[in-house]
Amino acid sequence: MYSGAKRILAIAILAAVVISLCSGFFNRYYLGVAIDIGINIILAVSLNLIVGHTGQFSLGHAGFMAVGGYIAAKLTIVLHGACPPWAQPILFVAALITGGLAAAVAGFAVGVPTLQLRGDYLAIVTLGFGEIIRVIFQTSDTFGAATGLAGIPNWTNFGWAWGFAALTVFTVTCIVNSTYGRGFIAVNDDEIAASAIGINPVRYKVTAFVVGAFFAGIAGGLYAHHKQFLSPTSFDFLKSIDILVMVILGGMGRTAGVIIAAILLTILPEALRSVAEYRMILYSLLIIGIMLARPQGLFTFGKPSHTKV
Amino acid sequence: MSAPLLQLTNVTVRFGGLTAVSKLDFQLGTDELVGLIGPNGAGKTTLFNLVTGVYRPTEGEIIFDGQSIVGHRPHRITAHGIARTFQNIRLFGSMTVFDNVRAAFHLHVVSGIAHALRRGKVFREEETKIAAQVMEMLELFHLERFGDAPAKSLSYGDQRRLEIVRALATRPKLLLLDEPAAGMNASEKVELMKLIQFIKDKYKIAVLLVEHDMQVVMGICERIAVLDYGIKIAEGAPAEVRKNSKVIEAYLGEEKTIEPQRSRDAEP
Repeated sequence: MYSGAKRILAIAILAAVVISLCSGFFNRYYLGVAIDIGINIILAVSLNLIVGHTGQFSLGHAGFMAVGGYIAAKLTIVLHGACPPWAQPILFVAALITGGLAAAVAGFAVGVPTLQLRGDYLAIVTLGFGEIIRVIFQTSDTFGAATGLAGIPNWTNFGWAWGFAALTVFTVTCIVNSTYGRGFIAVNDDEIAASAIGINPVRYKVTAFVVGAFFAGIAGGLYAHHKQFLSPTSFDFLKSIDILVMVILGGMGRTAGVIIAAILLTILPEALRSVAEYRMILYSLLIIGIMLARPQGLFTFGKPSHTKV
Repeated sequence: MSAPLLQLTNVTVRFGGLTAVSKLDFQLGTDELVGLIGPNGAGKTTLFNLVTGVYRPTEGEIIFDGQSIVGHRPHRITAHGIARTFQNIRLFGSMTVFDNVRAAFHLHVVSGIAHALRRGKVFREEETKIAAQVMEMLELFHLERFGDAPAKSLSYGDQRRLEIVRALATRPKLLLLDEPAAGMNASEKVELMKLIQFIKDKYKIAVLLVEHDMQVVMGICERIAVLDYGIKIAEGAPAEVRKNSKVIEAYLGEEKTIEPQRSRDAEP
């Protein structure tokens, strides 16, 4: 009953790598969109742990993404010249994880002082945090300041993006669906009752921030090595809102729904390119429409019960 | 009597100028069922919040199981062995009945994030064991058929019972029940009394009961403490407390014996 998840993860990663090896056959544009989808799944699912499961309204996810992206990009820019081709994947993974860990530290730094805050107050503080991060990168010459960071090797392919997406989904799902992980939802439902059954709300909230930020950092690294150029404006708070919309649209705490929303909301703006200037209006209207039709989230089925893990 | 399980010595708590509990001394043995009564605003729930770490006493000492618990946060106190229910039921509304109880096993699992991700033998065995224990508890308290239902969908009486089961799942030495009979009808109250007695006998734990309902308190408590304006005005066996003039005055404001309810009480 608890052994299937690892196999599914292995199959998903394998599938991602195989598709990736055949990527030469696909249209480069579609491939790019597919990679974007993978990155957005990582972002949405990791934010879902913070917002959906643990109930901490965070608007700073783009900030965590920026930390991971810039750190990973800087590392590979500096080191890739000295790196033999066979070692590139190792350097890439090391850079991604370093970026992720840096973002996790940032997550810890945000999580601890904001423990007392809930709802809109927390949203404002995390929003401020995200902006601080962006401004730091915007003013730092090491990271290309306002002109942005260029010359990042193009290492992110379909396999990496979707492999890490599978890993993120696996991690979040497995954590939440354990007895330990019910604590996140308990803290979300009722903090007082949670502490009355021995759950330390502080610990869970910080953990959610740290784990969520780690994966946002990984997504940032993948994004950097996909676009090959980082500009501080790509991590402004509108990016945070985009990710949050995926979570809300997919249904708070529903991983399957959030994944589908991430896919949908990445494809939608691309699909609407044909209508050019009306694109964003249509996009917004569609979101409003979906929200009105399904306020509880796109997909409310498949809420994991205790019998299937 | 051996050393008491819970001992409050000279406990005072003030909120600004208001003294909610004043110089309270109170003891509770390891397998006692004690009732705490008093008019509205007497400080009963405040006392609960002191013991469970929600408030910190302004003065005084609280010893539980040989250890001072003053200043410990609520989740630490639960880990020491004090579990509680709430006056206004606080279940995890978005979770199933099963998961409400499962979450309370949290204190006794070794598996953390690392185990959950590795999904090794320890984790799988533990999760399977917990699932079995949860089902066992649900069956014991006749909630098994609601296992997969959302906790909020239960009837009021079942929600109360689930909250008690959840508290018991933390394996406490002392169970604090805050007005469990509130909003219950006569037959539900009888069920509740049976339930509390059953818990006490089955788990051999101490129970402290805050209750307004005299039928319940007088019916099952071995000892009763009466609070009024934060001061303990009486303590003793139900029969003694019932005749205590201070208690009668606090409750009724006049000199009159509380008549035992004829329907249930054969006492003279």
